[in-house]
Amino acid sequence: MNYTWNWGIFLEPSPEGVGTYFDMLLVGLKWTIATGACAWVWALVCGSLIGVIRTLPNRWTVGFGNAYVELFRNIPLLVQLFLWYFVLPELVPASIGLWLKQLPNASFFTAVVGIGFFMSARVAEQVRAGIIALPRGQSMAGLALGLTTAQTYRYVLLPMAFRIILPPLTSEFLNTIKNTSVALTIGLIELTARARAIQEFSFQVFEAFTAATLIYLMLNLLITAAMRWLERWVKIPGYGQGK
Amino acid sequence: MFSDFDFNVIWRALPYMLQEGLVFTLTLTALATAGGIVLGTLLALMRLSSLPFLPQIAAGYVNTMRSLPLVLVIFWFYFLVPYIGQWVLQSDRPIAVGAFASSLITFTLFEAAYFSEIMRAGIQSISRGQLMAGYALGLNYRQVMGSVILPQAFRNMAPVLLTQTIVLFQDTSLVYVLSIPDFLGAASKVAQRDGRLVEMYLFAAAGYFLISFTASTLVKRLQRRIAIIR
Amino acid sequence: MSAMITLNNVSKFYGPTFQVLKDCSLTVAKGEVVVVCGPSGSGKSTLIKCVNALEPFESGDITVNGISLKAPGTDLPKLRARVGMVFQHFELFPHLKITENLCLAQQKVLGRSRDEAMTKGEMLLERVGLSQHAHKFPGQLSGGQQQRVAIARALAMDPIAMLFDEPTSALDPEMINEVLDVMVELAREGMTMMVVTHEMGFARKVAHRVVFMDRGEVVEDAETTSFFTEAKSERAQLFLSKILSH
Repeated sequence: MNYTWNWGIFLEPSPEGVGTYFDMLLVGLKWTIATGACAWVWALVCGSLIGVIRTLPNRWTVGFGNAYVELFRNIPLLVQLFLWYFVLPELVPASIGLWLKQLPNASFFTAVVGIGFFMSARVAEQVRAGIIALPRGQSMAGLALGLTTAQTYRYVLLPMAFRIILPPLTSEFLNTIKNTSVALTIGLIELTARARAIQEFSFQVFEAFTAATLIYLMLNLLITAAMRWLERWVKIPGYGQGK
Repeated sequence: MFSDFDFNVIWRALPYMLQEGLVFTLTLTALATAGGIVLGTLLALMRLSSLPFLPQIAAGYVNTMRSLPLVLVIFWFYFLVPYIGQWVLQSDRPIAVGAFASSLITFTLFEAAYFSEIMRAGIQSISRGQLMAGYALGLNYRQVMGSVILPQAFRNMAPVLLTQTIVLFQDTSLVYVLSIPDFLGAASKVAQRDGRLVEMYLFAAAGYFLISFTASTLVKRLQRRIAIIR
Repeated sequence: MSAMITLNNVSKFYGPTFQVLKDCSLTVAKGEVVVVCGPSGSGKSTLIKCVNALEPFESGDITVNGISLKAPGTDLPKLRARVGMVFQHFELFPHLKITENLCLAQQKVLGRSRDEAMTKGEMLLERVGLSQHAHKFPGQLSGGQQQRVAIARALAMDPIAMLFDEPTSALDPEMINEVLDVMVELAREGMTMMVVTHEMGFARKVAHRVVFMDRGEVVEDAETTSFFTEAKSERAQLFLSKILSH
């Protein structure tokens, strides 16, 4: 291979004028984490809500929840981001559209909302599955004690359902982080975009991608470890020890 | 606003969108699925084997791929494949690889990691008694796997494999970052040429939705049928 | 005696054709213990779940303490809070400690203070002989212990009546008596009870009346002694001969 390796590239000053190429990557990482975390909160809130209403004994809420999930699951994330970023401002009244276009950090907000909605459909699927996995007697027992439906969900069903779905939620969280890289197409300068930029400025493509790869791997390990800890922390003695 | 929504834009772009864009997307999906399942099954067998090092190698590959964003992997292979080609063909300069070949290699290698996890679960869902019964009949490892374990695993996992194929179909839209005219790329080209982003992106979204939704509805039906047979 | 629970011609269907309950009528008076028995699939479990509206039913009506379940404006959570229910599979909340299982509804439904609820809970736990397990989780208790906690949980709401849905049929044989003992004591104190069970010894000992169900119908409704000695219907005789032959 006639490729000239230069690992020292990361210590060289970046063309941005401040800091080194390595600092460039770190700034990208910060945006990756910020976007991923915000989108995840959005996805958890919307997804839980939709997941719950899909388990209610009400045709309309179930129908709405199903439609929501199908809509956000069956369009690629990249296309959804384009819809939010390019199409939405044209469809709303002109003054709002203008405001949207001129919003500072528009690509960040679009990414949070777009990835948030996209992931919320998956979260909703998990939440629904978690609730359905509980024995039917649990909700009956809650109602039999005189709890309202809302109270039964709040105190009986959801605490168990979320514990059951914690492992799949962990991988959905990791997916959210990974999906932030799709937002480079609408101008979010996150980690992958930074690696790409280093390649364009310095032509040291493999060093840049190797560094980004290692950072993603470490981020994954860190989050996985944190979630394992959380799983142990909320684990209920005597429940599900057969596994 | 919707008032100046121009269906003619879509109508004029339709032949290009379907013949170029959709054909690229569907071909890439089909070939990458086939390659991904073959490679993924091999990875799963490696991971479950009792030979030294094989499980670790397979696990390392699968876990690394699954930790990385697809966009980064697309960039990786886009730049790496020419060098690999050079190394394989012993030529003196990097080999120019076409957009389609580059995407196909990327998606096959990337999705193999996900398919391998599905196949591993499928193989593990078959009771050990099956394996023993196979060996007791005098079959060897290849035969037991090929005619006893894998057919059952494929059958059990068929809906999950198909669902992953739908994910792969949607993922192919990311070749956009290489400016390749797949379904989305074609829409984007027309959108920018004619300045009709609203029409073209909404049309692309509708196209993806129609195909994914139909496919996932069929998968659900298949799932129910399998559930009844069991 | 005035009626606590009255069922009037209750019918329930699964789908358009399959009728699980056919015109079931029965009354449980205040302070009375009624055992409902019958072969599996006879609808007795469904019937008792109808009594606090955990299962909907298509026609007929049920009144509990004078309040109709079908009347518009009936506050079902409030009504259920006043009727205790014990399930076949205990249904303790696995993520809550025993004390929390006992306190949850007291605080959330009855609005009792934490201290009141705890005092009440501890008293009832003492009563079912499980004080030393207060801070464990349900999964750490045996089936019999879990069911006794479930009874205590229902009693903590100061119910006006108790419903038992096959409370011992998910238990290992050696644990059945510890649960039945608690129920016998409860009956002797004058609690109004409707009990779906196969435990004929329990029925003999404390039931005032026995209701026999088969294929969704109330076939026989008799005083305990006469039910065991001179069951009128053939189906009840057959059932008794099967269940009492050992």
